[in-house]
Amino acid sequence: MAATATREEIEGRVFSALQEFGAEPDQINPDATFESLDIDSLDLVELAQIVEDEYGVQLKGEDMEDVKTVRQAVDLVMSKLG
Amino acid sequence: MTRSVVITGVGAVTPLGVGARTLHERWTAGVSGIEDGYGRASEFEPKEHLSVKEVRRSDLFTQLALAAAQEALEDAGWDGEKPYDPERTASVIGTGIGGIGTLEREHIVLQQEGAERISPLSIPLLMANAASGVIAMKHDLRGQSFGTVSACAAGAHAIGMAERLIRYGDADAVVTGGSEAAITPLATAAFGRMDALSDSGISRPFDRRRDGFVMGEGAGILVLEEEEAARERGARILGYIRGYASTSDAHHLTAPEPSGRGAARAMELALKDAGIEASDVLYVNAHGTSTPLNDRAETNAIKTALGDELAAKVPVSSTKSAIGHLLGAAGAVESIATLLALRDRIAPPTLNYGEPEDGLDLDYVPNEARPLQNGDVRAIGLSNAFGFGGHNAVICLEAS
Repeated sequence: MAATATREEIEGRVFSALQEFGAEPDQINPDATFESLDIDSLDLVELAQIVEDEYGVQLKGEDMEDVKTVRQAVDLVMSKLG
Repeated sequence: MTRSVVITGVGAVTPLGVGARTLHERWTAGVSGIEDGYGRASEFEPKEHLSVKEVRRSDLFTQLALAAAQEALEDAGWDGEKPYDPERTASVIGTGIGGIGTLEREHIVLQQEGAERISPLSIPLLMANAASGVIAMKHDLRGQSFGTVSACAAGAHAIGMAERLIRYGDADAVVTGGSEAAITPLATAAFGRMDALSDSGISRPFDRRRDGFVMGEGAGILVLEEEEAARERGARILGYIRGYASTSDAHHLTAPEPSGRGAARAMELALKDAGIEASDVLYVNAHGTSTPLNDRAETNAIKTALGDELAAKVPVSSTKSAIGHLLGAAGAVESIATLLALRDRIAPPTLNYGEPEDGLDLDYVPNEARPLQNGDVRAIGLSNAFGFGGHNAVICLEAS
């Protein structure tokens, strides 16, 4: 469990997950909204599973409700890591 | 006045390759798509046909259907602006089992890693109506959309329902067919345990040595349109769905009724629905599974439906001899094979046929394709599809 992950590492992992989900690579950046990347709630559940597997951080449904951009998702993971 | 139904596009992914014409040409040439006892759609590479997101969000059975639908719609000339009001365009796709590959994989995850690790995509991937829903979404078809479930008759039932939607006036066009991807550990073991599968791994319908069916996978999709609307838009018309009928044996969970009574009635009713005499049938595409029970009961059914004299003359062949049994896709893939055979006025062969059995004495077109009667006669054929549960569905097609 990499509880010491850096922001860059987490951002990189989130980017690669979004690519796996089918988002266009050249449109993925911290300010992109999930809506613009065609990433929906089913994708975000999978993203939460990946984050939990790799960083030991549990993201619950209510945590994710206000997450609209890639940056907000990375912020949320960082805040959970403390 | 009666609305009639034309076929304007076809698409298929089968063990003989990608493409409806590939299926027709290779089968007619006597090529087999069966390797090591399985009819896999081995030339199908999902990423060549679908986006990353589409691949990720669909089970193989839906991927096969999407690729076949794309081909069928392009074939129908729908690749630009849609020729029909989306709200009057439907999607009806049959399957025997749906996304069983997804179900099996996720069940292993459940057992080994726990409920928290199950993919949130599990249900949308495995549900048997996924192909119908995903095709409707991709192509903006906003009329009726649903799956048909009747085991190995599902693809034929879908086409029959689609034809009825147009004839009844509920839709002007329907994307329809069947899809199956059940060459999975559980499905293969389960069919094996009921002694349905061939031990020899050879599909040889109607031959004395036949010992069960060979599992196949693939999809077949047709674009059906109301005839007048199709003509108005200048569509190329491949042929017609002239008639359809469906009956039930009400006899046994898996075995066909031995006399073929229910299957015969479906053939007779399909001809009646089409307003066509048995004597006008040029070719019968048999269900022909290569199981001991089906091929005998179906031979009886053909004799009952056409009469002994006609039945002795009409060429009868089984696509399953070349691609195996595509289960819920079979009725659709074989309707397409029937249509293209009728268009070329050719009877494709029953492969691997060598030894006749007493009572199985129709003209099964052994091993080599043969020209059909040509000239002024209409190119009319029947495509049979029967399923576990006693379902019989028959499509009467005419090539233009």
